[in-house]
Amino acid sequence: MANIENNEIRYLNPPTVEVRKKKYCRFKKAGIKYIDYKDPEFLKKFLNEQGKILPRRITGTSLKFQRKVAQAVKRARSLALLPYVTDLLK
Amino acid sequence: MIKQYETVFIATPVLSDAQMKEAVAKYTQFITANGGEIVYEEDWGLKQLAYPIQHKTSGFYHLIEFKASPEFVASLETQYHRDERILRFLTVALDKDAVAYAEHRRAKRTATTAEPKAEPAAETAETKEEE
Repeated sequence: MANIENNEIRYLNPPTVEVRKKKYCRFKKAGIKYIDYKDPEFLKKFLNEQGKILPRRITGTSLKFQRKVAQAVKRARSLALLPYVTDLLK
Repeated sequence: MIKQYETVFIATPVLSDAQMKEAVAKYTQFITANGGEIVYEEDWGLKQLAYPIQHKTSGFYHLIEFKASPEFVASLETQYHRDERILRFLTVALDKDAVAYAEHRRAKRTATTAEPKAEPAAETAETKEEE
């Protein structure tokens, strides 16, 4: 009853306040201009487990660099550095 | 007009070291013979392929950076097509950012590979002295 008198609401579970971290383009931030297709380990950051390219809404990459990432991934795939289709990449 | 290119090819794993060297020499000579200039060469060695190509699961990777005219690239690629030893190849024109990146990468690689190379050389010299 003390709670009500104090006009204070208490929750059993603390309310989940979504503090969304602002996404940013890592290439713009780090000043990277060229994305290398010869480095599959780096490109894996932009792929999901099936080896598909992740959308911009998830990675936060800007349009300019998303195009370059896609280009690099496709080149790496044709050189068999990355798989076209797979399961459990990473 | 001269542009800078970068070409990577995958040779079959059945080749011996000497055959692989011969294949590389063939392409470097082909580039220089046609007015090209080799900027950099890199051997990645035998690597596992991400998926099988012509029923092979591994291959010898080799990278060549060169300067040549755009017309030359088509003739280089026909050479690749005719060569049964080549499983896959990719030739890419480098823009100015790519050239800067390639130079940076090269500097980094030579810095890391030069040190381990120097050490074994020093070691062998020491062992010889002991003998």
